[in-house]
Amino acid sequence: MSSLQMPKVDNAIMSKKDKIASDLRRIINSKNVLSNPDELRPFETDGLTAYRQMPLLVVMPETVEEVSQILKYCNENKVKVVPRGAGTGLSGGSMPLEDCVLMAMGKFNKIIEIDYENRCVVTQPCVTNLAITHAVQDKGFYYAPDPSSQIACSIGGNVAENSGGVHSLKYGATTNNLLGIQVVLMDGTVTKFGGKAMDAEGYDFLGLMTGSEGLLGVITEVTVKILKSPEVVKAALVGFPSIEDAGNCVAEIIAEGCIPAGMEIMDKALTKATNDYSKAGYPTDAEAMMIVEFDGTEHEVEAYIQKTKEIAEKNNSSSLKISKSNEERLKFWAGRKAAFPACGVLAPDYMCMDGSIPRGKLAEVLNEISRLSKKYNLPVANAFHAGDGNLHPLIMFDANDKESLRKCEEFGADILKYCVKVGGALTGEHGVGIEKRELMCEAFNDKDIQQQLTIKVALDPNSLLNPGKVYPILRKCAEEGRVHVHGGKTKFPDIPRF
Amino acid sequence: MSMEEKQNSQISLDFNQNIFKPISREEIVEIVKTCYRKNIPLEINGLKSKNKIGRNFQSEKTLDLSDYKGIIDYKPEELYIKVKAGTPLKEIIEELDKNNQQLAFEPNDFGYLFSGQSNSGSIGGVVSCNFAGSRRFKVGSVRDHILGFQGINGKGETIKSGGTVVKNVTGYDLSKLVSGSFGTLTILTELSIKVLPKPETSKTLIIKNPHLKKALDFLGKALSSSTDPSGGVFYPDYFGKDFVLNDLTHDGGLTAIRIEGPTNSVDQRANRLSKELGLLDQELSILDSEQSNIFWSRTKNLEVFKSLKSNLLRIVLPMSETLQVIQKLKNFEIKYFIDWGGGLIWASFDQLNTKILSEIKDTVKKHQGYITLIKVEEDLKASADIFTIDPIKYKISEKIKRSFDPKRIFNPGKMYTGI
Repeated sequence: MSSLQMPKVDNAIMSKKDKIASDLRRIINSKNVLSNPDELRPFETDGLTAYRQMPLLVVMPETVEEVSQILKYCNENKVKVVPRGAGTGLSGGSMPLEDCVLMAMGKFNKIIEIDYENRCVVTQPCVTNLAITHAVQDKGFYYAPDPSSQIACSIGGNVAENSGGVHSLKYGATTNNLLGIQVVLMDGTVTKFGGKAMDAEGYDFLGLMTGSEGLLGVITEVTVKILKSPEVVKAALVGFPSIEDAGNCVAEIIAEGCIPAGMEIMDKALTKATNDYSKAGYPTDAEAMMIVEFDGTEHEVEAYIQKTKEIAEKNNSSSLKISKSNEERLKFWAGRKAAFPACGVLAPDYMCMDGSIPRGKLAEVLNEISRLSKKYNLPVANAFHAGDGNLHPLIMFDANDKESLRKCEEFGADILKYCVKVGGALTGEHGVGIEKRELMCEAFNDKDIQQQLTIKVALDPNSLLNPGKVYPILRKCAEEGRVHVHGGKTKFPDIPRF
Repeated sequence: MSMEEKQNSQISLDFNQNIFKPISREEIVEIVKTCYRKNIPLEINGLKSKNKIGRNFQSEKTLDLSDYKGIIDYKPEELYIKVKAGTPLKEIIEELDKNNQQLAFEPNDFGYLFSGQSNSGSIGGVVSCNFAGSRRFKVGSVRDHILGFQGINGKGETIKSGGTVVKNVTGYDLSKLVSGSFGTLTILTELSIKVLPKPETSKTLIIKNPHLKKALDFLGKALSSSTDPSGGVFYPDYFGKDFVLNDLTHDGGLTAIRIEGPTNSVDQRANRLSKELGLLDQELSILDSEQSNIFWSRTKNLEVFKSLKSNLLRIVLPMSETLQVIQKLKNFEIKYFIDWGGGLIWASFDQLNTKILSEIKDTVKKHQGYITLIKVEEDLKASADIFTIDPIKYKISEKIKRSFDPKRIFNPGKMYTGI
């Protein structure tokens, strides 16, 4: 049980557990309603393992009609509902509440239609992100957004969180690659927003639902656009003697009109840790290391790589390697993808933060992080999606030492506040969930938050759908906001994390 | 206004005038607060380039935002520009030009259609209407480029959402919701917009071809190829002759496909595409950058419909349905061209009445598309639905409208009756 404050438990609901279970068993196949503690245990947490809570019940609907009837029943009986996809989220968006029915969408796991003529895929929400690409890659297509947990995360969860990935600058996040969704609202209403035609008329409910973290509706079908795979993909691995040089190089690449498919920077601490861990062949003497990837036609990629080389040299690059084969390119990335487990070796625990900053503020923010690291006496390593400004500092600490944990929490909150201060955002891709809920007032004032809450109330007047998430309960800026990993053990240790 | 309210207010507002032309956000807040208190509906205008789109509605007062303009912050290296909502689009484009950057969504200029000359409107209007140009299928719509906004809700409260960074999942993405809401949810005051480098070169393959079926086949193949086109249109015979360009070796019906990017890559891709489509030299013209830009600018400006006397509909469809829909629409007197690589039909109708319109709407709906009435005669405008909505979405829209504008004072009825 976490110490996090959640919405008040409704004791009347708690006492009616058996009746609710039997009512739900009349709506759906009785074996799809779980009520034994042993059956509920696997659902007590998502990818943010620091917080755990057993739900009242778990339901696993198989059809849209069942989703609709369950929600209608829960709405009429004032039962809270928490939707859940693959459960890989890093901000606690699908952490259960003690008095909630957890709606596990795992049975919605089929691709419905592949439509090459309209270049889209219609799928059920619990199909994994990568499975969509796998389904169309034999015809040379792919689905662009690639959150690093793409092997396990569900497309419905991607919609709920508006997931990004390393290619967001060029290809956008989920919201820019989505054509339509079918949604069930808390009162059981089933509707579709968008479809195979572009830009549905009227209010953009598709855009509103995307990234709404399961607070406005349950997604039951998703239509995404697919793209033709680029002909050539190449990457450069560049070392720099200072963070400033790396930062200037990034700014200049963008200013020159090059839009890389991906652009990553790691600081010295992380470069060394990953190299020791994965033997990736990184320049460990460099203060900053950058991976830049371009895709397109052969001529185009060559031209961009050449330009990158010139810009890097101008900015004092200490080493530069260009991938000669796809295997080599993947090797560049393999080290980067092992960054998080590598930190697990350095310290008993680490917290992964997820702030967004203007690209040009990288050196300033890293200097501040370094200052804070000394102040709190905790080591930190930094990974940065330089293309889109998403910064992931990894703070190392020891959770068994209460003082260390407290310092880590304060350190993390200070970093996110600084991200907002320099013009960035509290979260670039992990979502707010329960994790950064109380920090929302750093980014928004009361009026901004009230406007958002009014929308929530308009669609879910009793606030039954995923309550306690995203919006502050305490209405004060508590020091919370990170992914907690103990002894290198994440919920899914084998999934790459960025 | 009571004495106390006067003392509390920093702005002295003369509420007797019918047109407000604020220059500060504080003034807008004051106007909205007064209208909220007195239940007075407001018509919200920018540069009036698109204000004829939408239903007619009653409003006592007009809020003219054309003086609420200016570039607040432009950071080329951070790929964003932050502007006041009344800023003319033209001004923004000129500023971006200086740094060889652009708004990739190339919004339509409706000035030619409505007044016979360019009026690309204000950025607030562009966002409120969310009509994207030919790059739509590649780069997304207007809404995909809005990083954040500040606006005034129907109670006179200043609200914001998003920011200036591309990756931001903090709270609901209200930038999407206000895009395409035709000024019915908030008065936009500030917009942060993603900008992108201009492509080094643009080339356009013009294929001599009067047949829609063949054109859609070309477009489908091009969009599914790895040559990465950024525009695809079809003009039938009657419009093809409107395009007199030096390098265009024929007139009549044409299919045009645009390739953009670094020069050597564009050449390589254009050659490959022409081979993949099996084009013969005599049926192909290639427009280089300058002429290519003229061609796409005319398309964006809907210049074939310049000063159109009859009705114009905007029909959006899944690309697979376009052929069948056009075949059915040919029962009527229409002139059309196809944009978005097959996903958008701009169609003018000589004769249009409620009966014909409902037939067209049924047809388009059956094919999973929708119609927006862009320009229709006044009597039809009064009786027909300009936008189409189903009862469930109407109900949800009503709730969302109320959450922003509880007394329905912003452009009431512009989109739907009662909203």
